Amino acid sequence: MDLKTESHENTLWVHLDEPRLDAAVALRFKDNMRDICLPHYHRIMLDMSAVTFLDSSGLGALVAVMKSLSKDQTLELAAPSFNVSKVLRLTRMDTVFTIHATLADARAAGGFDAVQS
Amino acid sequence: MPSNPEGAPLQCPASHRRAAPQPFQVSLAADHLAVRDALRTILAQVVAHIPADDAGTLELLLAEILNNIVEHGSVPAQAAPITVSVDLQKHALACEVCDPGIALPEHLLVAPPPTAAPYGDHLPEGGFGWPLIHDLAHNLTYRRAAGRNRLSFNLPLTRGPSHH
Repeated sequence: MDLKTESHENTLWVHLDEPRLDAAVALRFKDNMRDICLPHYHRIMLDMSAVTFLDSSGLGALVAVMKSLSKDQTLELAAPSFNVSKVLRLTRMDTVFTIHATLADARAAGGFDAVQS
Repeated sequence: MPSNPEGAPLQCPASHRRAAPQPFQVSLAADHLAVRDALRTILAQVVAHIPADDAGTLELLLAEILNNIVEHGSVPAQAAPITVSVDLQKHALACEVCDPGIALPEHLLVAPPPTAAPYGDHLPEGGFGWPLIHDLAHNLTYRRAAGRNRLSFNLPLTRGPSHH
């Protein structure tokens, strides 16, 4: 489970460098995310651009991570692939997560570009 | 990538064109990493012959069915392996998954009614698998015989196999 992080003030970017978020890694993903999503990060941006496959176990782990956050924390999904978006849509979880279609969209929404320039 | 200045349909040279695979079967043990390997093997056989969307749907369907067997099937360690049979037909993929686990509870074979969009503290962390299977599989059929479960389904192709 390869999670690379970068933080800026209250935002934590998590880059999920795994091609599959599936039953084989769902538990480890959930545990690792709970370890790194510290309370002072109000916004967790999960970069999913490397993930080509999401199954129901991976989706359950995403929901579990979101539910484990405190009231003033959010989990947002950035750049889900076609197959990942399909699972989110079919399960109606696209209405639950804030989803940014591209990394650029997510960075703009997070105020990241403005801060860096 | 071949250049294609005329905008004509890209065609593989005849020497690279592959015939559709014969029906084939893959066997696997009841664990999550074996499921990954089996999916990779199956997808490699069909991916050149079906649209990418359908390949993604097939992978998701088989992953859900196989992971259910791994997690809930109570498959004995010394049991015969799980088998997945795949038959690429002209307009559909016909699949059958056979496993030596406990009988499938009947209620899972009935498509669940549509539910309201989930929200807030009531978000489920599981139970997504069977609704996905019912959404994506056609002609889902279950038989229990000789101590084995046989779950079969069709996946209509969004267009014919690419070699036609």
